[in-house]
Amino acid sequence: MTTKYTKDHEWVRIEGDVAVVGISTFAAEQLGDVVYVELPAIGKQVKQGGDMAVVESAKAASDVYAPVSGEIIAVNDALNGNPEKVNEGAEGDGWFCKIRIANAGEADALMDASAYADFAKA
Amino acid sequence: MRYLPLSDDDRAQMLAVIGAKSVDDLYAGVPSGALLDKPVALPAHQGEQEVERLMKLLASCNIPAGKTAFFLGAGAYRHHIPASVDHLIQRSEFLTTYTPYQPEIAQGTLQALYEFQTQVALLLDMEVANASMYDGSTGMAEAALMAARVTKRTRVVLSGGVHPHYAETVRTTCEAAGLEIVALPAAVDDEMAVLRAMDANTAAVIVQSPNVFGAITDLKPIADGAHAGGALLVASFTEAMAFGLIEPPGAMGADIVVGEGQSIGNALNFGGPYVGLFATKEKYLRQSPGRLAGETVDADGKRGFVLTLSTREQHIRREKATSNICTNSGLCTLAWTIHMTLLGAEGLKRVATLNHENACDLADALAATPGVEVLTRRYFNEFAIRLPKRADIVLDALLEKGIIGGVPFARLNPTEGMENVLLVCATETNTPEDINAYAAALKEIVQ
Amino acid sequence: MTETVSGNRGLLQAEALIFETGSLARTGVDMPAPKGRANRLGGLGRKVAPALPGLSEPEAVRHYVRLSQKNYAIDLGFFPLGSCTMKHNPRLNEKMARLEGFADLHPLQPTQTVQGALLLMEELARWLLTLTGMEAVALSPKAGAHGELCGMLAIRAALQARGEGETRKRVLVPESAHGTNPATAAACGFIVDEIKATEDGHVDLEDLKTKLGPDVAGIMLTNPNTCGLFERDIRTIADLIHGAGGYFYCDGANYNAIVGRVRPGDLGVDAMHINLHKTFSTPHGGGGPGAGPTVLSPALAPYAPVPHMVRRGEELALVEHAEDAEGTPFGRMCAFHGQMGMYVRALTYMLSHGSDGLRQVAEDSVLNANYLLARLKGHFNAPFGGQPCMHEVLLDDSTLRPHGVETIDLAKALLDEGYHPMTTYFPLVVHGALLIEPTETESKAELDRFADVLIALAERAKTDSAHFKSAPHLAPMRRLDETRAARQPKLRWKPVEALKTAAE
Repeated sequence: MTTKYTKDHEWVRIEGDVAVVGISTFAAEQLGDVVYVELPAIGKQVKQGGDMAVVESAKAASDVYAPVSGEIIAVNDALNGNPEKVNEGAEGDGWFCKIRIANAGEADALMDASAYADFAKA
Repeated sequence: MRYLPLSDDDRAQMLAVIGAKSVDDLYAGVPSGALLDKPVALPAHQGEQEVERLMKLLASCNIPAGKTAFFLGAGAYRHHIPASVDHLIQRSEFLTTYTPYQPEIAQGTLQALYEFQTQVALLLDMEVANASMYDGSTGMAEAALMAARVTKRTRVVLSGGVHPHYAETVRTTCEAAGLEIVALPAAVDDEMAVLRAMDANTAAVIVQSPNVFGAITDLKPIADGAHAGGALLVASFTEAMAFGLIEPPGAMGADIVVGEGQSIGNALNFGGPYVGLFATKEKYLRQSPGRLAGETVDADGKRGFVLTLSTREQHIRREKATSNICTNSGLCTLAWTIHMTLLGAEGLKRVATLNHENACDLADALAATPGVEVLTRRYFNEFAIRLPKRADIVLDALLEKGIIGGVPFARLNPTEGMENVLLVCATETNTPEDINAYAAALKEIVQ
Repeated sequence: MTETVSGNRGLLQAEALIFETGSLARTGVDMPAPKGRANRLGGLGRKVAPALPGLSEPEAVRHYVRLSQKNYAIDLGFFPLGSCTMKHNPRLNEKMARLEGFADLHPLQPTQTVQGALLLMEELARWLLTLTGMEAVALSPKAGAHGELCGMLAIRAALQARGEGETRKRVLVPESAHGTNPATAAACGFIVDEIKATEDGHVDLEDLKTKLGPDVAGIMLTNPNTCGLFERDIRTIADLIHGAGGYFYCDGANYNAIVGRVRPGDLGVDAMHINLHKTFSTPHGGGGPGAGPTVLSPALAPYAPVPHMVRRGEELALVEHAEDAEGTPFGRMCAFHGQMGMYVRALTYMLSHGSDGLRQVAEDSVLNANYLLARLKGHFNAPFGGQPCMHEVLLDDSTLRPHGVETIDLAKALLDEGYHPMTTYFPLVVHGALLIEPTETESKAELDRFADVLIALAERAKTDSAHFKSAPHLAPMRRLDETRAARQPKLRWKPVEALKTAAE
């Protein structure tokens, strides 16, 4: 149950055939106070690297891309009305959605925590 | 050069500080030959008095509405505007300020917008309203696009009662964005027809009430029908004052309400600037176009206002924005909100009633001429009549008698069988003498 | 700060919302009593009166005067908001726009009763075409972004006429562009493709060349650009885009720098909107109304929208339907003829300045900007400062950031100094951008005062970031919580029970 990261600052935690997805703590800090998260519809098919969600601060909006391909099977409804959860725990309670993984192994190429830490520093 | 403070001495000193020999040095990036070395062939500068004389000459070549017995509506309305409205909007701090991007020094504009949004929402009985669109017609196009975003469908049906210029504006704007626009043929009183034209890909039906023929419609069954088919009801209007007297679209189930606000606070101005009113339900807010003022607090906890939810807008969201709109109708919203504040519910109801009574009187007076038929059964302050002659010919003959008697429908939409239809409007500005003169002249002309 | 009992602070009056002070029974407008005749609303009368409070005239006047005093304005002080051209708004313009012969005209009056209005529009068109060296002008667009839409719809129509409407879908937009450009292109069904900027703030020609192809519809380019520079390769850019079969849309937001000195028509431009509320001094009004007449090249002129004017001998007539037009209009932009009230103001301004004066406007605006650049570049980083600028100066906060002061903090500190800040964080290609547009209507003394203040603030930032972080201290409000506003949107006042009951 390791967490992997993308160059676009999403994290993904593989739990069997399900991926739990969110934005990294680093991304949340860069964005500042999150005011809104536009979550995908349940049942939506997403492609690795394709549009999945949008996260907004008062003065910026960023696209969030799917770290793995598959079907959206759950979204974190708690973010509706409590977007600050992303700032409080980007890689915990601030998760965005769960994807039923279509292509096992897609996540293997993503960065692990230490590689991502180096990437974010650069 | 009364608007230019720099003297030649200043200019020389400044060039010296910059380290340039001449202003032309500063235009060094302009390709050779493109920098003009003498003024273009237009007249030279003039003093206030000379300019004023020229402009007055141009103005004198027009016949202003107030110099005639005047009965035009069809999208723009002549109402009395209290003197204080125009005085207040000319306050330097309102007139010569920018979009309130620095809220700490723009609370005047922001509070006025917040009050405006609230008044619009109350007038239309909707949950939220934005800080305005350019006008009713462009607002309608935005509403169609918004409905497509909300429903993820691509077809929009417009009733035959929608102002033809609005329908054309919607078609031009929305077809380019990939929507299919179905505009139904002109119909005096058949807004329900939109339901028959719906299909499974219809994002919205757009109806107008009062429509271009003045007819008012119960929107409830249309809302129900639209919703049953998964579409939104966009309700429109061109005469905002009507809602002082008629049931507002929000009370009948409309999802988006859009229309022209000119008739409150804003002069005719030959068609612009006007102010588009735009209201919707809270759940659709994130798909809505345009600026929004919202309440918050400052660092001391004091109530204040800011522009908010701006991540929908072009300056942040760029090609994914809900609209490309930037500048809207700021000062026209101010005129609107001041006039509405002066009226209040009481004044609004009274002025609306005066409009309606004058229109009823006018309809009775015109219908007294044999061969003249009032086509609109339920109306607010405008209605359509069918004349025994071509409407444009009658209009010319009326003009000879100092009466501007209406808009021939065929001018808006050259439709076969509508050549004799005239759109007529009466407001609180029309006197009984105006109405009698119109009736008498019409009788003489058509008989 | 000293607290007061009233909440007022000297001249600055605390002011509640009209919903808290007004009454549903009060009105500030006297009208005759209705006759009470039976209505013809067919049972569709309003069931519940709207809870709209009214104020008497003196109360209303005070409310809005008090609100006005919480606003900054050009009439009050220097307003160097880059990209916005906050120049002096002559009051003669206002007086002329209110002449009964212009203000009290209905857009659908018989054309024989509005010949003066049409003459005015013809004259305005003549000035715009002579100044820009273009073929035709669509007057009706209602603001800059609406003008962009007009230009891009004309390009779309021209491509369709060539049978390439479905194949040419890509529009090139520099990453430094105003957000309206990509938003407009997308609204016309085009796909936006960003082109890079060079290190010195110009379009990267090499990048542009790689992006050209048979699917390119055109380019949207601001000139002078948003970094405050004239695109020196503009003719090459025009040739490249034309060579690839596309059209050149020029964003005219920065036209003030070149009015009367450079004609866009000489540069290969196919369409350009002109913000009458920038270059031609019509007031910004707290966010509009603007006006965005759009000039077109011979290639695009046939597609100009309706309505437009035609001269028939002595008379001017209106073409209101596409089928009556000589060309093939792409459609209609809005219900009527556009922003007549702004045409009157703009033409009044043009006649006042004349051909010689407008040229001086451009020169003084550029001189003022370069003077500020010369005074400030030793104290702030000027990312492209090695070359003359046009009518705006681009600086950034890179010399402040090491001290913990960012662009927003400097902007808020300027509020305390009695200035409206410059444009901040735009263009996006420069981190922490500060875009200063002084315009030609500022005196040298005013520019010197402003430069002195900025230089002093740059010095203070080195030792006292706290002053900046907590600014403003002296504005009508302290820093406002924008996060809270966006997280829990409160976009309207909600009626309290008492008011609601009274309405029923």
